[in-house]
Parts: sequence; structure tokens; C-alpha cells
Amino acid sequence: MSDLTIKNLKKGFDGTEIIKGIDLEIKDHEFVVFVGPSGCGKSTLLRLIAGLEEVTSGHIHLDGQDITDVAPAKRNLAMVFQTYALYPHMSVSKNMSFALSLAGADKAEIERKVKEAARILELEHLLERKPKALSGGQRQRVAIGRAIVRHPKVFLFDEPLSNLDAALRVQMRLELARLHKELNATMIYVTHDQVEAMTLADKVVVFNGGRVEQVGSPLELYHHPLNQFVAGFIGTPKMAFLGGSVKAADASGVTVALACGPEYCLPLDGSALKAGDRVTLGVRPEHLQIAAAEHSPFKVRLDVSEHLGADTYCYVRTESGELLTVRAPGDFAGQFGERASLIPDLAHCHLFDADGRTLPKPGASARAA
Amino acid sequence: MLTLKQTRSLRTLVLGSLAWLLALTLFFPIFWMVLTSFKTEVEAFATPPQLFFSPTLENYLHIDSRSDYFHFAWNSLVISFGSTLAGMLLAVPAAYSMAFFETRRTKSTLLWMLSTKMLPPVGVLVPIYLLFKSAGLLDTRLGLVIVYTLINLPIMVWMVYTAFKEIPKDILEAARLDGATTTQEICRVLLPISKGGLASTILLSLILCWNEAFWSLNLTSSAAAPLTALVASYSSPEGLFWAKLSAVSTLACAPILIFGWLCQKQLVRGLSFGAVK
Amino acid sequence: MNISGLQSGLTRLAQRVSSQKGRFPGASNQQPGTVSEHSRRIGLAMVSPSVAVLLAWMVVPLAMTLWFSLLRYNLLYPGESDFVGLENFYYFLTDEGFAAGALNTFLLVVSVLAISVVSGVLIAVLVDGPFWGRGVVRVLLISPFFIMPTVSALVWKNLLLHPVSGVLAALWRFFGAEPVDWLAEYPLETIIMIVSWQWIPFAVLLLMTAMQSLDQEQKDAARLDGAGALATFWHITLPHLARPIAVVVMIETIFLLSIFAEIFTTTGGGPGYETTNLAFLIYTQALLQFDVGMASAGGLVAVVIANVAAFFLVRMVGKSLTDKA
Repeated sequence: MSDLTIKNLKKGFDGTEIIKGIDLEIKDHEFVVFVGPSGCGKSTLLRLIAGLEEVTSGHIHLDGQDITDVAPAKRNLAMVFQTYALYPHMSVSKNMSFALSLAGADKAEIERKVKEAARILELEHLLERKPKALSGGQRQRVAIGRAIVRHPKVFLFDEPLSNLDAALRVQMRLELARLHKELNATMIYVTHDQVEAMTLADKVVVFNGGRVEQVGSPLELYHHPLNQFVAGFIGTPKMAFLGGSVKAADASGVTVALACGPEYCLPLDGSALKAGDRVTLGVRPEHLQIAAAEHSPFKVRLDVSEHLGADTYCYVRTESGELLTVRAPGDFAGQFGERASLIPDLAHCHLFDADGRTLPKPGASARAA
Repeated sequence: MLTLKQTRSLRTLVLGSLAWLLALTLFFPIFWMVLTSFKTEVEAFATPPQLFFSPTLENYLHIDSRSDYFHFAWNSLVISFGSTLAGMLLAVPAAYSMAFFETRRTKSTLLWMLSTKMLPPVGVLVPIYLLFKSAGLLDTRLGLVIVYTLINLPIMVWMVYTAFKEIPKDILEAARLDGATTTQEICRVLLPISKGGLASTILLSLILCWNEAFWSLNLTSSAAAPLTALVASYSSPEGLFWAKLSAVSTLACAPILIFGWLCQKQLVRGLSFGAVK
Repeated sequence: MNISGLQSGLTRLAQRVSSQKGRFPGASNQQPGTVSEHSRRIGLAMVSPSVAVLLAWMVVPLAMTLWFSLLRYNLLYPGESDFVGLENFYYFLTDEGFAAGALNTFLLVVSVLAISVVSGVLIAVLVDGPFWGRGVVRVLLISPFFIMPTVSALVWKNLLLHPVSGVLAALWRFFGAEPVDWLAEYPLETIIMIVSWQWIPFAVLLLMTAMQSLDQEQKDAARLDGAGALATFWHITLPHLARPIAVVVMIETIFLLSIFAEIFTTTGGGPGYETTNLAFLIYTQALLQFDVGMASAGGLVAVVIANVAAFFLVRMVGKSLTDKA
């Protein structure tokens, strides 16, 4: 059992509030990813959980026990730092066994645990090396090993992959996912990279400006973002946003006139809207289709295309100057400057009101709350 | 026309020779001092000065018979190490606190400490002399240890502070999460990591103490007199005995000079006062 | 009074530094964050011993000096200690030695600083490149730093500068020139030379360390941009050395303001007052004329002067030192 519960947690530095009241529940064995732009408070929350910062108000419970004022070392958590924070003067095995020897564990026991961690992380042949003789990926593994040997209730990761190169990052991401299954542990993982969040998480927590914007599984966030911020943050390439105004709206549909020309009727609950309200249409690159210029009233001009092989990301410019990304087939042959039009998949479009809130599907307003 | 490679090696040669010339010039006074210490008094005073002669040890023997070199050397040693130890015991916690528990006052405290170093010793010589006299500290090793600790403390705090500042905070936090107490954090993580900076602090303190002449001349007479006082005693009445003067100077400087040579690498690496990023 | 002036200057400086920090909260990940009450107490407990002893070291003697300076207090006339107000200050400041001493102190500090910094930079740059025996050259270059001031003064005075048997005299004769009696004819210049010899190594030591951290890529980029050796030195190396130079200036000033042993062992302040600096002047008042009152007044004047120097130094150097991190 390692349930972590956070209740109305606040944290301020010198009068500025960084964490503005967070409630969160993390279940045993869950892989939870905190994601958000830099400065959103996700790292601070992690440090609060670790006990490296003092909370201003609110409570943190681990297994029903209040650990808000417990010393970091007594919380039974382990943390992997962005910079790895390895002890440069100790060998790999000393690095991993430091916490255990401080706790006065039995020598044989320590050795067994270090061996075990080294085996899981494939570090056996490096145990006597000093950190500076290791590569970035190996250092990362030692940092994880240092956490593993302690058998903590919760693992905390603070942007652990951001100092690795792209190829290594993908590899370590897979290893972390494997490790989570193997150890069956609770893990909290902070990143600003939403791809890491989508690939690793059981549960993603999206932060913005010291608040939680939305909590949910990766696909839930992708398909049902609660607001424009989450919609824009989750998914690559990013969702495009087009400004427009309401022409007509009722509980079963909304008719929107986009600033760039076309009008669409979306199957959304528009009972809260009235004609003339400003709204934003959100559409993902994979829900747009490029057609010949005369096929659709949504006229665009092609900008550059990025050919990735399987797909082509084609940038297009609307008549009112907005830049959109469209996912086209790999053999897409459109030329820079060419005229074309777009056909959006209306079932997958999102509409946001003037406050950035997502309009619910018809009849779903009760569920969304 | 020279090739690029030839130009480079020519440049290396010219610059190297220039560096050697400068180094030998700067070192010459020390070399000459050591050389003279092996001459007879007549040879030492000869005109023109002689580079080649048959070396003699008579000067060193004379010093040994006139004054107890080891008495002075022992004083220098005890005072230098004593005050360096005391200084480190005060400076390390202070620097730790300044580097890792920074408050709004930390920076002004550090600058204030350095400004105490600006007080000219003569400004406070008389009161210190009188205070030491009434406390019975005149001509005692303890007295000099106290003074040297105090005059070197600001610089030591500063050096240790900059050494600590270079350590990523993450590592200390990792230690804290690993369950280290403050003492364990300092002794098992912080000090081993910053040993380069600490070593150069210790070195500099030893050098400054060993060579300090103002306080040692004014606060000691015989019992606690260090080597600086021994050298000074040869300066006025026997100033004309150059060979003996050279011998006693060589003896006074040799320990710290050799020590400095051995630790040269350490000193070059660590002596940055935080000025280098 | 001037102490408090310095103090408030320091506080202002510190405020400016911290307010600048506040303006750029960019690296908030690295910021130490607010410290808890508990750790603040630990921090305070650890820093206070040093602060306490330094405070005592500063305040107690200074207060005593201040008190003595207002008395007619001469050890030759025991029992007499009348309160005379500012009389001691009047005599000290109007003494012909004072003007000379102040000027000599200034000349000594500034010249040695200039000489040691300039040659320190040049030497540090020179020995940065690879050449045969670089390790030995470095050891030789920094050696004078380890020599005690009394020894270096005696060796220079006798073995090297002696007008008849000194090495320089022989050198002069070798080139057919008349040997010079350095300490008699150019006393202050000679002292400046001796002190520079002692402090050049310190500058070399620090700047050599600094050179090691100069980014090779920066130099390469400058070369590709068409910068010659001189331009590279001027636009890349020198700016990189700015902070270490500031440190050298600060530390050397601390020591140079109170140069004593070199003067004591070579010229004894003479001829006349030609090589008397303030430190030596006060020393003669106190320990040769036993005039404690006058010496204390002089000591306070020296403290004030040192504080003025400290104020400017701290303004110049302190910022670059504490801005880091």
C-alpha cells in the first residue's frame, strides 16, 4: 500500500505563490506524470512531496499517515534528480549503498541489495567506477539504482531524461516503463516533455501556473481536454486554434463562423452560448485533410512541408494568416505556395468558449464536471 | 615562406624561451640566496660576486651553535598549523551556512568580514599589545595562534564559501534524502567533494601564517618567536655577515618553499576565490 | 564613524545585488528557496562563531584605540593620562611625516598593483600555451610568493642591491656603467620593486588558474572570425580575466596597505620620510617614541583611510564576487 494524498497544498516563495492549492490522489503502483510548461510548479510539488521544501499550508498523506512535517529521509521516498546528483567522490556501488549504510543496515544485506539493483540496471561491470568515468546514460542508471536499493514506497523523478541525447532518451524511457512493471512501484515523474508523459504515464497531471488543469489517462487528455490549455499542451504536433464567433447555438449543436472564412456546424452542447459570442475552434493535425482548392470553402495556401517518411507534416496558412499543421500521407506532393483547401473532421473538433473551457458533447454536461 | 606547422613550432620555441627567461629572472634572488649560504663570508662579499666556489657548511653549523633553529622552526610549525586548524574549524561551518542557508544578510556578512581584513594592524597594535600583556599572552604560541586565526579568517571563510558554492545543491539534497544528518552531510559528502578548495585554503593559510612578520615581531621575543623573528635577529647587528644571513634565510624559507612546490598543482587549481566560473 | 559609512555602503550594495537577483527569477529551479525556521537557526548557529570573534577583534581594539587617541598617553611618562580631546589628531595630521606617509602608502599600493597585475596577466598568458618544461617554469614563477617578507627584503638589500658587492652592481659594471646605490638614490622605487617581486607570483598564480577555464572554443571562434593574437587577447582573454583581476586587486590591496616588514628591514622609513608609509609611521610613533596617544590617533586615521579604500574596492570587486551563482 502506497497511496499518496495531497490536500489543498500551497507553497509560496517570498510572497509569490508557486503552488496555489492542489488536491491530488495517487494510487498504489501508479505511474503518475506531472507535466506542464516550465515554471508551472510541477518540480516544486515534487520537492514538497520529497520534503526538500517546506509547505506553506495543506497536507501530504502517505498510506494514511500525515508526512507533511516528516524529515525527507524518514518519508520512505527516493528521488532521482535531473542532474543525477551522484556523489562524485564515491564509486558506483558506494553511491548506491550510501543511504543503507547511513541507516546502519547489515553489510551482507547492503551488498545483496546493491547487487540486485546493479543486475536490474545492468551496471554490474561498473560497480567500482567513479561517476566521472561513466557516460550520461550510465550515470542516469546509477541515480536510479540509488533509489532502487532503498525499496522506497514512492519513486520521485525530476526530469530525469532531460540531460540525455535524443536516442538515449527514447531508450531510457522504455527502460523506465519496464522498470515500473518489474518493481511494481509507485512512481511520480516530472517532465516538460508531453511525449514522455503520454508514453510513460498511467495518469497524467497537467499543471499550469501553480494549479492542476486536468488529471487523467493519456488518451482521456488527448480526446477530452477540459480546456484550451490542456488541448494545446497534449499532442504533437500541437492542436491548431482558429478564432471565430457563434452564429447560432443550442443544446445539440453550434454553428461557428471562423475568422478565416468557412462556417461549420459542430455537434456540441451550445446551450450556454448565444449568437455573437467569441469562440475558438481547436483541431488536431490528424483531423484535417488537404483537398484541391475548389473542394472546400476552407481555403489555404501551402507553406513548407516536413517529410517524415510515413507521414508528412504540411504547414498551411489560412486566408486570415493563421498557421496550421496538417498531417498528410507520406507521399504528399503539395508544393510551397500552392493553393488548397482543408476538410476538418468535425466529430473530432473541439470548441472553446471565451474563457478557454471546452464545450461538452450534447447530453454529456453532467459527466464532464 | 614557413609552413603553418613551422610557424607554430617557432612560436612555441620563442614563447617558451621567453617564459623560461622570465621564470629564471624571478627565481634568481632565491637561487642566489641559497648559493650564498654555501659560501664563506669572504666569498659572499667578494667583488664581483662569484658563481663558482667550493661550498662549505660552516654557516649552517654556526647558526646551529648560535641559536636553536629547531626551537624557532617548531614555533613556526605549531603556530601555523594551530591557527590553520582553528581557522578551518571556524570557517567551514560559517561557509557552509553562508553557501547553503543563504539569507538576505549573507552577502553583506561576507563583505563585512572581508572589510575587517582592511583594518591596518598598526591601528590596533597598541590595544592588542596591552590586552595581551594583561592576559599573559605576550610571547606565547597561543597568542600568535589567536591573532593569526583572526587575521586570516575572512579570507578562509571566503575561499571555503566559494568552494562550497561550486557544489550543486542537488547532491546535498540527495544526501538528505538518503538520510544523512547535518554532520554526516558535511563530513561524508561536502568535505570530500570540496577537498580541492579546502586544500588550497589550508595551503594559503599555512603560507600566510609562516611568513607573517608584523605581529610575530611585535608580540613575541624569544619563547614563542617563530622563524620570521630568527631572520630579523640576523638583520641588524650581523647584517654584514651575508653568508650566515643567507643560510638562516634559506633555513627559514625552505620548509614552506618545498611544501609549496609539492602542492603547487593543488594551489593553482584551487586558488580562484570564486572568480572563475 | 567611517566604519558605519562603509557598513551602510555594504548593505546598499548587498541590497542592490539581491534586488537584481529578484528581477531575474529565471533559474528558479536552482534557487535555494525559502529556508525553514529550523535550518535558519542551524545556519545562524554555524555562522555566528566566526562573526562573533571577528566582531570582537574589530570592535574591542578599535574602541580602545579611540579612547587612547583622546588621551595624552606616553609610556615614557607613566601616570600621566590627561584627556586632551582631538589634540593627538591635530599633531598627527600636521606632522610632516603624515603627508609623506599618506602619499607613500598611495604610491606603493598603486604602483605594486599596476606592476603585478600587468605582468601577472602577461605571464599567465605566456605560460598558458604548451612549451618544454612548463611545469618547472610555473614552479619557479610562483616561488617568490612563499618567501617571507623579511627574508626577501634582506636578500634584495644585501645580496642583490648592495652598491659594491651586489649582483646588480656587478651587472652594471659588466656593461660599463657606474653601480647605483639603489636604496639611497631611489628608495621608494626600490621598495616598490621588492614588493612587486613578492606579489607578481600571487597574480600569476590566480590568473594562471583563471586561464585554465578559458573556453578554447571561444578562442577558436575568434580566430575563425579573423582575430589575430592581439585582438584575441584584447577581446577574449582580458574580459575573461576581469573577475580574477578584481580579486587580485582586492586581496593585494588588503596586504599592501599595511606593508611593514619590507620597510622595517631595508630603509627603516628613510632617508627622511621618503619610504615611510602610514603603517611604518604609526609604528615609529608607538614603539620608538612610546607615544600611545599619538599612535592611536594615527591608527584611527589609517583605519579611516583603509575604509575609504575598502569602500571603493568593495564597490568595484564585491559585486562581481557575490553576483555569482
